[in-house]
Amino acid sequence: MVSPFVLSLSKDGPRSCSDKFSTKGDRETTVFEEPYSFSPSVVQFLSITIKRVGFGLVLLLAVLVLNFCLMHLAPGDIADTIAIDAGGADEEIMAAIRKDYGLDLPVWQQLLKYLSKVATLDLGYSFYYNISVTDLILERLPATLLLVLSAQVLAITVGIVLGVIAARKPHGLTSHFVTVLALVGYSAPVFWTGIMLIILFSSTFPIFPIAGLMDVSVEREGFAHVLDVLHHLVLPSITLASIFLALYSRLARASMLDVLGSDYVRTAQAKGLSEFLVVYKHALRNALLPVVTMAGLVFSGVISGAVLVETVFSWPGLGMLAVQSIVARDTPTILGILFFSSLVVVIANLLTDLVYRIIDPRIKTSSA
Amino acid sequence: MRSRTMKFIALLGTVLLALTVANVQAGTPKRGGTLIWSVSGTPRHLNPAVQSGIATGMPGAQLFATPLRFDENWNPQPYLAKSWSIADDGLSVTLNLVEGATFHDGVPITSKDVQFSIKTIKAHHPFKTMFAPVKDVETPDKHTAVIKLSKPHPALLLALSSQLGAVIPEHIYGDGQNPKKHPRNSENVVGSGPFKLVEFVRDQHIILERYDGFFIKGRPYLDKIVQRIIKDGSVRVLGLKNGEIHISPFEALPQDINYSKKEAHLTATNQGYAAIGPIVWLAFNTKRGPTSDKRVRQAIAHAVDRNFIVKAIMLGSSKPAYTGIHPDSVFHEPNVAHYDLDLDKANAILDEAGYARGSDGMRFKLHIDYGWAGVKNLAEYLKPQLKKIGIDVTVRASPDFPSWAKRISTWDFDMTWDVVFNWGDPVIGVHRTYLCNNAKNGVIWSNTQQYCNPIVDSVLDLAGKENDQEKRIALYSIAQKMLAEDLPVYWTHTLPYHTIYNHTKVGNPPQTIWGASSPLDEVYLK
Repeated sequence: MVSPFVLSLSKDGPRSCSDKFSTKGDRETTVFEEPYSFSPSVVQFLSITIKRVGFGLVLLLAVLVLNFCLMHLAPGDIADTIAIDAGGADEEIMAAIRKDYGLDLPVWQQLLKYLSKVATLDLGYSFYYNISVTDLILERLPATLLLVLSAQVLAITVGIVLGVIAARKPHGLTSHFVTVLALVGYSAPVFWTGIMLIILFSSTFPIFPIAGLMDVSVEREGFAHVLDVLHHLVLPSITLASIFLALYSRLARASMLDVLGSDYVRTAQAKGLSEFLVVYKHALRNALLPVVTMAGLVFSGVISGAVLVETVFSWPGLGMLAVQSIVARDTPTILGILFFSSLVVVIANLLTDLVYRIIDPRIKTSSA
Repeated sequence: MRSRTMKFIALLGTVLLALTVANVQAGTPKRGGTLIWSVSGTPRHLNPAVQSGIATGMPGAQLFATPLRFDENWNPQPYLAKSWSIADDGLSVTLNLVEGATFHDGVPITSKDVQFSIKTIKAHHPFKTMFAPVKDVETPDKHTAVIKLSKPHPALLLALSSQLGAVIPEHIYGDGQNPKKHPRNSENVVGSGPFKLVEFVRDQHIILERYDGFFIKGRPYLDKIVQRIIKDGSVRVLGLKNGEIHISPFEALPQDINYSKKEAHLTATNQGYAAIGPIVWLAFNTKRGPTSDKRVRQAIAHAVDRNFIVKAIMLGSSKPAYTGIHPDSVFHEPNVAHYDLDLDKANAILDEAGYARGSDGMRFKLHIDYGWAGVKNLAEYLKPQLKKIGIDVTVRASPDFPSWAKRISTWDFDMTWDVVFNWGDPVIGVHRTYLCNNAKNGVIWSNTQQYCNPIVDSVLDLAGKENDQEKRIALYSIAQKMLAEDLPVYWTHTLPYHTIYNHTKVGNPPQTIWGASSPLDEVYLK
């Protein structure tokens, strides 16, 4: 099946691209001669997509098997954690729990049983909470997506802006300031940044709430509820963004410097275009490529960063659930979360590829 | 000079007046308001009849009433049972239930529900000793339940109180489903307590609302309780500081406790943990290596400075513990061997026992285990300290609690720091550590030391079935003295559980023996 997205890609996107990049020679224009037909590049694109999806599936299987084995290597199981939670137990009860959850079977049988279940998209039941893992994950997914996406958007936008500002006067005071700020954010442990922000903005200046997703002491509906959630989102997303801000701003600065020195920018400047047009319309667009690539690549990093941020801010997302289920040896839940997050990473990488192609039409020919 | 004195008197007067006003305000409970309460973890579910532990116990005591409750001095008080009586032979206990009590769905609470609850707890609760001697529960009429016992069982009254003896509705949980996995354990919970469930969102909050049909008229005072789940201790304390949180029980970090004590609007109290009774101790493997020798254990005890632990490591927030029964318990016997710091004596004991020092000055090697970050510094403290008596200690960390529990419960250790709870009556939480037949491979907080002394066993057995409180106290005194001599574990201090609360907001903070896991029907907002 060809998605409308792929078709529209060759219809509108690249054509406007080719207009803008007309100064750069005739490579692109030859590719888009017949925009409405399945050009070789579209076929290539599809085959690459299918390949990527295939790799993704293999990756998911590997994630499941590897993590299943890792979980079983760790000493202790759910019966131990239930006993710990209860403040003590009895051997009959522990044996009953193990039998109940099939932990008395050999490990390979447990693995096969689990994989065959996952093949039918059934992630099983959480040992700890005794509810469906899929429900548990779907319950938590929105909070994590909200946090991760807002942090990414924040880090990318602010990073690019800072990077561009720094690149225009690479040895100026602003540039140095941006560098220091970014590096401090990058090197500070994220839980420390989080606690410091809480101390500063929830305790010293009580502007933001200390933790959680919303204020449950008062009932809010509609717009007031949205505002309340956004209010709670500010500190966690700044904390999570702080790690990646350095990456994006340094990357944007470097590639901007690179692009600003290239011939076509000089041509544009020679044509007498305004500084603003040259920087933001001609140069920035090309300079964005590495940033976008990186955004896709570090997506998994953002998810793992979210684990810490969620724990500090009691943000009820997948990260907190992951920590809780690792400590509780809740194997189905951990495997479910890892399955889900690898799915997200695979999808993020796929999307990066697609976005890449929208921004730079050259990819289509050069990827052959 | 004179005007200064006058000013001082005026100031004093104002302060006294303010205090009087505050006292008057504190004395009269007010109805209404939402109490914001913070805890560190999410319970597995909310049914305390089949799930032990404090995470379930705190909301559980609000949702479910128990036949009895206890005050702050270990006296049983009427609750769902307006009165009770113990037969002369101690083999039957009669509960007379209050009339007109209803579950949250309006169905009357009867003796059948009490019978069903005790049977469910006996079958499914992890603490088997609570109702082990219960043979049967008879229900001669709707409001009378007679518990028949195979032997006198003084622990029964505590087992029928908060945290342990929840009365659950038979018409909900008696439908044949496994009560441990019953869907109504977390959703649409129908309880018998002062508050009913509005919402339980894992890792976020539990919202409870006043049950207007509660059987004690005029209670509870609060309209609502919001239990916020906040993992990070320092964040909870910041929330208390900025007023977002009113009360936070079970805080155990000395730094957080001392920090809160400096805040003018916060109070940190260690009242309310007598029944839970958490004690930190150094456990020995009595069946392996040098620690199987009683003299080695005594020498180590003499080298570990309890005073230093309480004052320096715990920053003064713990109490010293000399036995396995919590110092706040009526059964605690303080006059046992204390093993105060005495390095010369420790060295002498080891010399005499034949553990000569080698060329490197060391007698032998031991591992010390610990299971969670809170006792890491205690484990590290042992290394330099025991070096002084020629024991080469290696600290062995475990990545997390279950890993540690597995090592200890399968007896793969020399020494470990451990925290064990009394859970009300010694029969429930104390005996298990010392009874010969409770050394069970793979079960954490059983007799993981594999200690065995048949005389101690028989004294504990007698104490467990003695209905005369004075005689019982005397028997436990003997047992504690014998244990302090044998020293299967070296008790050092209490876990510094504190309830931190905003005293400008919270009236009547929970301070009974079950503390925050007792019903909060008397708590009010100022």
